[in-house]
Amino acid sequence: MMSSTALPELAAGDGDGYMTLSLAAATTASEYASVASTFDPLLSASPASPPTHAAFSLSPASSSFVDPPSYADVAASSSPHYASGSSSASPRSTRAAGSEYAFIAVSDPAPEAEPAATSLVPGSTPTYISYLVTSVRRGEQRRHAVRRRFRDFVTLADRLAEAFRGHFVPPRPDKNTVESQVMQRDEFVAQRRAALERYLCRLSEHPAIGPSDELRIFLQAEGKMPLPSSTDVASRMLDGAARLPRQLLGEETVSAPHDVVQPAKGGRDLLRIFKELKQSLVSDWAGVKPPVVEEDMEFLEKKQKLQDWEQQLTSASQQAEALVKAQQDMGETMGTLGLALIKLTKFETEEAMYGSQRIRAADSKRIATAAVKASRACRDLNTQTVKYLDTLHEHLGIMLSVHTAFNDRASALLTVQTLMSDLASLQSRIEKLEAAASKIFGGDRSRLRKVEELRETIRATEDAKCSALREYERIKENNRSELRRLDRERKVEMLEMLKGYVKSQAVYAEKIVEGWEIVEEETSGYARRADNLAW
Amino acid sequence: MISAERSQSQSPRSPAAAGAPFLTISVTDPVKMGTGVQSYISYRVITKTNLPEFEGQEKIVIRRYSDFEWLHDRLAEKYKGIFIPPLPEKNAVEKFRFSKEFIEMRCQALDLFVNRIASHPELKQTEDFRIFLQADEEKMDRARSYETGIFKKPSDFLQMFKDVQSKVSDVVLGKEKPVEESTPEYEKLKNYIFELENHLAEAQKQAFRLVKRHRELGQSLADFGKAIKLLGACEGDSLEKVFSEVGSKSEMLSVKLQREADNLLFHFEEPLKDYVRSVQSIKATMVDRANAFRQHFDLDQERKYKELNLEKLKFMNPEKFSETEVEFRELKADSEEATKRFEHIVAVMEEELARFQEQKTADIGLAFHEFAKGQAKLAKDIADAWRSVLPKLEACSTS
Repeated sequence: MMSSTALPELAAGDGDGYMTLSLAAATTASEYASVASTFDPLLSASPASPPTHAAFSLSPASSSFVDPPSYADVAASSSPHYASGSSSASPRSTRAAGSEYAFIAVSDPAPEAEPAATSLVPGSTPTYISYLVTSVRRGEQRRHAVRRRFRDFVTLADRLAEAFRGHFVPPRPDKNTVESQVMQRDEFVAQRRAALERYLCRLSEHPAIGPSDELRIFLQAEGKMPLPSSTDVASRMLDGAARLPRQLLGEETVSAPHDVVQPAKGGRDLLRIFKELKQSLVSDWAGVKPPVVEEDMEFLEKKQKLQDWEQQLTSASQQAEALVKAQQDMGETMGTLGLALIKLTKFETEEAMYGSQRIRAADSKRIATAAVKASRACRDLNTQTVKYLDTLHEHLGIMLSVHTAFNDRASALLTVQTLMSDLASLQSRIEKLEAAASKIFGGDRSRLRKVEELRETIRATEDAKCSALREYERIKENNRSELRRLDRERKVEMLEMLKGYVKSQAVYAEKIVEGWEIVEEETSGYARRADNLAW
Repeated sequence: MISAERSQSQSPRSPAAAGAPFLTISVTDPVKMGTGVQSYISYRVITKTNLPEFEGQEKIVIRRYSDFEWLHDRLAEKYKGIFIPPLPEKNAVEKFRFSKEFIEMRCQALDLFVNRIASHPELKQTEDFRIFLQADEEKMDRARSYETGIFKKPSDFLQMFKDVQSKVSDVVLGKEKPVEESTPEYEKLKNYIFELENHLAEAQKQAFRLVKRHRELGQSLADFGKAIKLLGACEGDSLEKVFSEVGSKSEMLSVKLQREADNLLFHFEEPLKDYVRSVQSIKATMVDRANAFRQHFDLDQERKYKELNLEKLKFMNPEKFSETEVEFRELKADSEEATKRFEHIVAVMEEELARFQEQKTADIGLAFHEFAKGQAKLAKDIADAWRSVLPKLEACSTS
C-alpha cells in the first residue's frame, strides 16, 4: 500500500523516484475520505494512481461526490475524516509486495499526429493519444519514462499472449466499449489512462511476466515501440497463401519445428489451419465433449470447480454493484431530505411570528444537520465499499485469463493430435506405396523415390510432433503452477475483501449512530410529552 | 387486532382525581367488508367517557370512511374559522387500496382525526360529533345519505341566489374584480401558509423516497448475502464457514432495514403528510374567510347605497319610504350579520393559529424524535452485526 501521496507525474530528478512499498494502510481511508468529497475523475491524481490500490470503478455519475454548494453552510461542525482503522490492508498488497517494478504510472495523455497521414479532410490531421509511462524497477534507482500509445499496449498484450501460453496473463483494457461511444472524450481518456496503469501494475505483479523482457522493453525502450507488432490473421493468411499451392500439389513442404509449435491460427501455415479446424470439428461430432480429449482427471476436476466459482463470482459481483448503487441512492436521498429540511428551517426562522415556530425551526435544523452528516458518511462508506468489493470484478478479469490459458492448453493438444494423425496417414501412404511397388518386378523407380520423400517428411513431422508435445507439456506445467498460485491468492484476497468491507461498514455505522443519538436525546422531550398527554 | 399506536399510549389512565372528566376515543380494527367493487373498510370506534352528554361509559360503533367524511364536512360547514382536523386522502390507487400498509396508515390517521376533534374545546361539544360517536349504524347511514344526496337545504338555495345577485350588482356597479381583504398582516399570513405547504410537501416527498431507499438497500443486502454464501461454498473449509456468517448477517440486516422502512413510513413520513393536510385545512378556512369577507363587504356596500337612496325617498316619496325602510332594516340586519360572521372568523382564526403552531411543534417534534431514534437504532444494529463477525474474519487463516 503506497504510503506516499506523491503525484505520479513528478518531473523531478531521480533522487525522489524510489518509492517504498509499505503494507500500512492508515492513510488510505483519509485519502479516500478527503478525495471522496472532492472527487473529480479528470484530475490525474485519482485514487487509482497509487499503483497498488485496487481498481476504482466509480461510474461517471458518481461525480456527484462533489458537494452542492449549500452543504457548505449546512454542516454545523464539519465531520472529521473517518480515518482511523476504517480499512485494512488492500487485498492486493501481498501481491504488490512481490512486484517486479516498484513503481509504474501512466499519465499525461497528449494528442500526437499520425505519421505519414493522408488526411481525407484538408486542414486536419488524424491524431491519436499517447501516454507517458514512467517506471522504476525494484532494486534500481533509474526512473524510465517512455511514450506509448494504446496500439503499443495491444502489441505488448499480443506478445505476452504468445510468450506465456498456459499462464494466467492479465487481460488488457478493451479497445472499444459501448460506453466510450457515449462518454465525453476527456472522461474516456481518463478512464483509459487509469485502466492502462492498472494493467501494467498487474503485469508487473505476475511472477513470470513481471521479470520478462517483453515488459522491460515496453517500459524502458525509448522512442518508438520496438516489439514487432502482431500481424493480424488476414495478413497471416495472405502469407500462408503463398505456400498453399505447393502443399495442395502434394509437394509437402517441411515446416520448421518451431513454426509448427505455434498454433496454426497464429502461424502461417494455412493448410494446418484447415486441418486443425477439421480435427476439432471431427472431435465435436464425436459427442458433446470438448474438442480435445483431456486425460488429466485432476485438471478436469479443477476446471469444473473453477467454472462453479466463476458462476458464483459473476452473481456476487452483480449483487455487489446493486449494493453499491443502493448505498449511493440512500446517501443521496438522505442528503436531499436534509436540504429540504434546511430550507424549511430557514423559512420558518425568517417568517417566525410565534415562539413555537422558532422552536420548530431549531428542531428541524437539528434533524437536517444530522441527515446531512449521515448522508456524507454514507457516501464515504460507499467509497470504501467500492474499493473492497472491486476485488470481485478483478477476479472476473482473472478468470478471463484463466480461460485463455486453458485454451492455450487445448490448442496445444490439438496441434499434437493433428501431427499424430498426420504421421498416421503418412505411414499408411508409405505402406500402400510399398505394397504397390513390390508387385512390380525390379521395383518401381518413381514409387520408391516417392517412398523416400515420404520418409523424409515423416522424420520432419516426428520432430515437429516432439516439439509440439514438449510445448504441450510446458503449457500444462504453466497451468498447474498458475492454478496453485491462483488458489492461494484467491483465498487471501477474498478474505481481505470481506474483512475490509465488514470493518468499514462497522466503523461508519458507529459514526452515524453518534449523530442520531444526539438528536434523539435533544428531542426526547416530545416523546415524554406524548406519553403523558391524554387526548 | 390492529390498533393505531397513539390510542394504545392513550389508554385511559385513571384520572388523578376521581370524577375528573375524560373522553378517550380509539379507532381500531379495520375490517374489509363486501366484495369486489362494492367493498370497503369498516372501523371500530370505541368511546370511553364519563361526560354527562354521552350515553353511558363506553360505546362501540362501526363506521366507514364516508362517515368520517360526513362528520368532517358537517363541522366544516358549521364552524367556519376553525381549522377542522384533516382527513386522510379519500381515493387511493386501486391495487394499493387494500394493502396492509395503507389500511394501517388510514386507521392511524382516522384515529388522529377523531382525537383532535375530541381535544378541541368547541368541536368536541358539537351534536354532530356526538351523533358520530354514538348513533347506531342505521341512523348514521341515514344521516350520511341525507347530506351527500340530492337533498339540499332551502337555505343553500337562498345563499346561491344571493351570490348570483351580488355578482350581478357588481357588474352593474362596475366592480368586476373580486374584492379581497388585504391587510399587511393577513397578506403575510397567506404567503406564509402557501409557502409552508410547498416546503412541507418537498420534505414529505423526500421522506417517502427515503423509505423506498431503505427497502432497496434491504433487498440488495439480502441478495448480496446469498451470493456471498454461495461463493464461500465454492471455497470450502474455514472460508466457507466465515463467508456463510457474513452472508447471514447481511440477510439479518436486510430484515432490519425493511422494518425501519415501515417505521419511517408510519412515524415520520405520515406525520409530515399530516402536517401538509393540516396546512391545506387552513387554506380551506382561508377560502371561507374570503367568502365571508366578500359577503360582508358586498352587503355593506349595498347598505350604504340603499341608505343614500332612503334619504332621498324620505323627501320625494313618503309612501314608498316606509315600505323601503322595512326592506332597508332587513338589509341592515343581514349586513350586520355578515359583518359579525366575518369578524367571528377572523377572531377564531387568531386563536386557531396559535393553537396550530403549538400543536404542530409537538407533532413534528415527536416525528423528528422518532426519526432520529429509528435511524440510531438501525445504525447501531448494523454496527453490532458487523462487529460480531469481524473477529471471526480476522482469526480466519487461509492456509
